[in-house]
Amino acid sequence: MIHKYKLGGMNIVLDVNSGGVHVVDELTYDLLDNVEPPFEDECPGAVVEKLERNYKKEDILSCYEEIKDLYRDKILFSPDEYEKFAKFATPSPIKAMCLLVAMDCNMRCTYCFAGQGDYCQGRKLMSFETGKKALDFLLINSGNRENLEVDFFGGEPLMNWNVVKQLVEYGRSKEEQFHKKFRFTVTTNGTLLTEDKMDFINREMSNVVLSIDGRKDVNDRMRLCANGKGSYDVIMDRYKQIVDKRGHKDYYVRGTYTRYNLDFAQDVMHLVDNGFKEVSVEPVVTDPSHDYALTERDIPKIFSEYENLAEMILQRNREGKHFNFFHFMLDLNQGPCAIKRLRGCGCGNEYVAVTPDAEIYPCHQFVGMKEYLMGNVDTGEFDQRMKKQFAGAHIYSKTDCKTCWARFYCSGGCNANNYEYMGDILTAHKISCEIEKKRLECAIMIQAAEAMEGRNEDYGPRPQMIR
Amino acid sequence: MKHVVTINKANLKQSVVKGGCGKCQASCQSACKTSCTVANQKCENSDR
Ligand code: SF4
Ligand code: SF4
Ligand code: SF4
Repeated sequence: MIHKYKLGGMNIVLDVNSGGVHVVDELTYDLLDNVEPPFEDECPGAVVEKLERNYKKEDILSCYEEIKDLYRDKILFSPDEYEKFAKFATPSPIKAMCLLVAMDCNMRCTYCFAGQGDYCQGRKLMSFETGKKALDFLLINSGNRENLEVDFFGGEPLMNWNVVKQLVEYGRSKEEQFHKKFRFTVTTNGTLLTEDKMDFINREMSNVVLSIDGRKDVNDRMRLCANGKGSYDVIMDRYKQIVDKRGHKDYYVRGTYTRYNLDFAQDVMHLVDNGFKEVSVEPVVTDPSHDYALTERDIPKIFSEYENLAEMILQRNREGKHFNFFHFMLDLNQGPCAIKRLRGCGCGNEYVAVTPDAEIYPCHQFVGMKEYLMGNVDTGEFDQRMKKQFAGAHIYSKTDCKTCWARFYCSGGCNANNYEYMGDILTAHKISCEIEKKRLECAIMIQAAEAMEGRNEDYGPRPQMIR
Repeated sequence: MKHVVTINKANLKQSVVKGGCGKCQASCQSACKTSCTVANQKCENSDR
């Protein structure tokens, strides 16, 4: 299977199963509409005749030879040979945990998926005791996995700061005995960040995610403090400070775009122009009845905005002012192995979320859905059957994904979105797919442009078509 | 090649030989969490 498209002034062909990316001329682009394996020795007469209107016969013939060579090298029309690995998609040790240390929030963001922080379950803070049991659960159920990820999440985790500190200390005290390393991370709205907390976070947390939507008016429209005022003025300087203090390493400023800011590339650039180099701005996923929800009719605008953003990124790269946009980051040479790519997330299998009530859910997005209650760290109950079900949610068990060109990059999307909007974890959520595929096209285009313009050493010297 | 420039080492197939070890970070494809999506995941298997 191949996927071809035009973007950034290039004709790009992705060979889906090998991961090969080719930049091709017009003739090849057209010829690929007309030929596919099994290849005959010579280009079929009817095809030559059809293309001869626009191209010279000798070129068509030599182009056909190139296509055959690429096919023989298994980097064009290569077969999908990974389905056999899907049978190894069996339950794995748990290696990551989302700790909802505060199911409460001091902000009232309009679009909050967690029902303004409490996941519609009443406001609660996690006790140290429960947190300890959660970490013990992870230590015991992580098998031979050495690196354990624990994300302090909410609500707003900084509302339960003492417990966060105690849990970090507790986790560290167990590392040696269990031969494990904790990688703590935290996601915060920034309003409670003090210098003390910044220093602790920068010392102990391997990543910090700082929520801000971009331009002041955009941020302040959705991200409201409890007093009804926007949060921008409170958080912007603190984010600059914490990022400076951690030497600009391992962080993200992240925002959400909605129907109100379909020109979200401006928000990305606003964050970049404020000195942040690790930026993520992502589509809101919400009930379509909300006026800020993204719908089918917004797709064309969203697509062109991603294209704008990709162009801006290339322009900055040319000026030597590189920054990372989370959803365009893609390593075409050293990315994850194909087996990893069969499943987009480890939810319910390698990854679980734990609530202040000690309940275990497949991930933060399933919290509060009683039908997906998996267990309890207090009682030690854990639903192995449900775990198995999630372990088996891979691209070959998801009907739409099996034949999707993006399957080895998207890896089957988000199970929680699928369930919430399609009623089934195995059915892809269409708008999310459209957006994902567009982002991938842009991400691949950026890599192709970097290679063609000779800016990325990984791709070797500047390649050229020999004319 | 006159008509095609291949820009990367197409090594997905090769990657399974020593792949699947599970050492890498867990990923999340969702918009609400910026942990890591598969596409920008780093492989942590030094053996691969
Ligand atoms: S660490 Fe690398 S080889 Fe191991 S599962 Fe992850 S991507 Fe595959
Ligand atoms: S884009 Fe949609 S169909 Fe394609 S792999 Fe992702 S979830 Fe599956
Ligand atoms: S189900 Fe969605 S939100 Fe949950 S871990 Fe997977 S990708 Fe992330």
